[in-house]
Amino acid sequence: MSPARPEIPAPLAMHGPSLRRRVSNTAMTVLCYTAAVLVILPLALILWHVVRLGLPAFTPAFFLNLPKPTGESGGGMANAIVGTGLLVAMGTLMAVPIGVGAGVFLAEHGNGRFGTMVRTTADVLAGVPSIVIGVAAYGLVVVPMGRFSGLAGGVALALIMLPTIVRSTEEVVRLVPRSYREAALALGAPRWRVIQEVVLPAAAPAVLTAVLLALARAAGETAPLLFTALGSRFWSVAIDRPMASLPVYIYDYARAPYDDWNRQAWTAALVLLLLVTVVSALVRLTTRRIPRP
Amino acid sequence: MATGVAELERGWRGPRTRARARAWADTAHHRLLQILALTVFVAVVLIAWQTVQGALPALRAYGWRFLISQDWDPVAEHFGALPYLFGTAMSSALALLLALPLGIGTAITLVELAPRRVGSIVAFVVELLASIPSIVYGLWGLFVLAPTLRSIYEPWLIKHFGFVPLFRGFPFGIGMLNAGIVLGVMIVPTIVSISREILLSMPRALREAALALGATRAEAIGVTLDAARPGILGAVILALGRALGETMAVTMVIGNTNRMSISLLAPGATMASVIANEFTEATTKLHLSALIEIALVLLAATTLVNAAARLLVIWTTGGRRDVAGAA
Repeated sequence: MSPARPEIPAPLAMHGPSLRRRVSNTAMTVLCYTAAVLVILPLALILWHVVRLGLPAFTPAFFLNLPKPTGESGGGMANAIVGTGLLVAMGTLMAVPIGVGAGVFLAEHGNGRFGTMVRTTADVLAGVPSIVIGVAAYGLVVVPMGRFSGLAGGVALALIMLPTIVRSTEEVVRLVPRSYREAALALGAPRWRVIQEVVLPAAAPAVLTAVLLALARAAGETAPLLFTALGSRFWSVAIDRPMASLPVYIYDYARAPYDDWNRQAWTAALVLLLLVTVVSALVRLTTRRIPRP
Repeated sequence: MATGVAELERGWRGPRTRARARAWADTAHHRLLQILALTVFVAVVLIAWQTVQGALPALRAYGWRFLISQDWDPVAEHFGALPYLFGTAMSSALALLLALPLGIGTAITLVELAPRRVGSIVAFVVELLASIPSIVYGLWGLFVLAPTLRSIYEPWLIKHFGFVPLFRGFPFGIGMLNAGIVLGVMIVPTIVSISREILLSMPRALREAALALGATRAEAIGVTLDAARPGILGAVILALGRALGETMAVTMVIGNTNRMSISLLAPGATMASVIANEFTEATTKLHLSALIEIALVLLAATTLVNAAARLLVIWTTGGRRDVAGAA
């Protein structure tokens, strides 16, 4: 009997990983791909259902008519479409000057303690649930005015948009090359003109992108409008009165016991998706590198 | 700004009056921007102040009992928020349970497994998912998911798992399970996009070293995941913050009752949903104040959760602004 030779391990490459390790490798790969499919599936389902159920009532009447009285079928949501436009416009008018100004401040002068404080509060604001914004806007605008109003809704939407605009503006203004500033200063331009006429125009397209994304998000918000703009079944263009909006209509019509209203809720959802998701998709597609909110 | 620029500024010597006007204009511009930045700060302070102010009557009337009492009776003016705290915790936990494995699996697929082109397309689709308004998710949950759950999945769960208290009850369709699923779908994009950024920020050397030692692809990914763990935890906590405050979708599918039940099939309510439901109908001052106190609790909870998440994300990525900004 020859003496047993000591076992010399063969190089790993010769027989590769064990069966157990190969199986777990394949299993993990399959599980990860499955996860990705399961994540995309709801999007496909939601888009499909919104289009399928929203299309039947997607007629010119929906865009041109006012809602019919309770229980009657037909009618449209012209007032809500206009209302959403007005609310978003008010929010934008308030949020853009403040947000862009604050963002430029943070980028240009914001390295001190005051800058850190503002930056931190903007981050906090970004995390405040939209329903809490609604409660605050109720206390800040509705209570002093004595009634629900489109203006209060506009304030609430502005608060929703503000943090996105502030942080994105800061980021893109910081990305403007320093040589731009130095060249302008070397030509003798004062600092404020350098900011207004060189830095801001260079950052403008990216700022516009951020504003559009914030605007699209605000247009779909419901919670902050429930007890600020409230809603209205009539033409509502006075900003000191309750104002109709698409998201609040979807909420009301979805809970109503009328089939026709439920159908219109789906159509309103389709319109909202076209407004919101298509705007943000286009914005994301047309800009290469966009700093995310 | 950098010293080079400051020197350039100081180096310019014009006529004295012009220099003065110019200094004045610069200061004025600086102050204007400062005021706008201050406005942001003031807005946040006002929100917090307003919420505290509105909650004061309820705070005075109930104190700590508010958080531990189950009684919510607007007529008798007894207000206890425990059912809503419970509902928020339960629906968020369920959402995380569903979204966590799916989100991380998707992020791994996007970064490590799928071809680059497929990865970027899927990432785009996931961002699209994030842009869908919450009310549309609610509509879908109410009219599509609820009937399916009621007629197919919930009877099946009751039949086969009915002995577990979690799955005991009647198939309502709306309720905690529906809310958890809808919330899970809504927070998945957050987990995916931040985990993806974090995985992308991990040094490639980690993976290469593992592969060179003979690790399989899964094992190499495990090494990277290990290093990314705090950041991914941050992403998950951030998603939790979003789930806690989510209002409309949950309000539409949770059933809105203040009865607490351990069963996933039973209806419930969350902090956000009770505010959305009762705020405009609150007739007494104390009822309104109790609702505002719930908003205050929600504000405090989400702010703490978000702060923790942000710190974790910044810590793992070494403070890369874009990633922290994504958070």
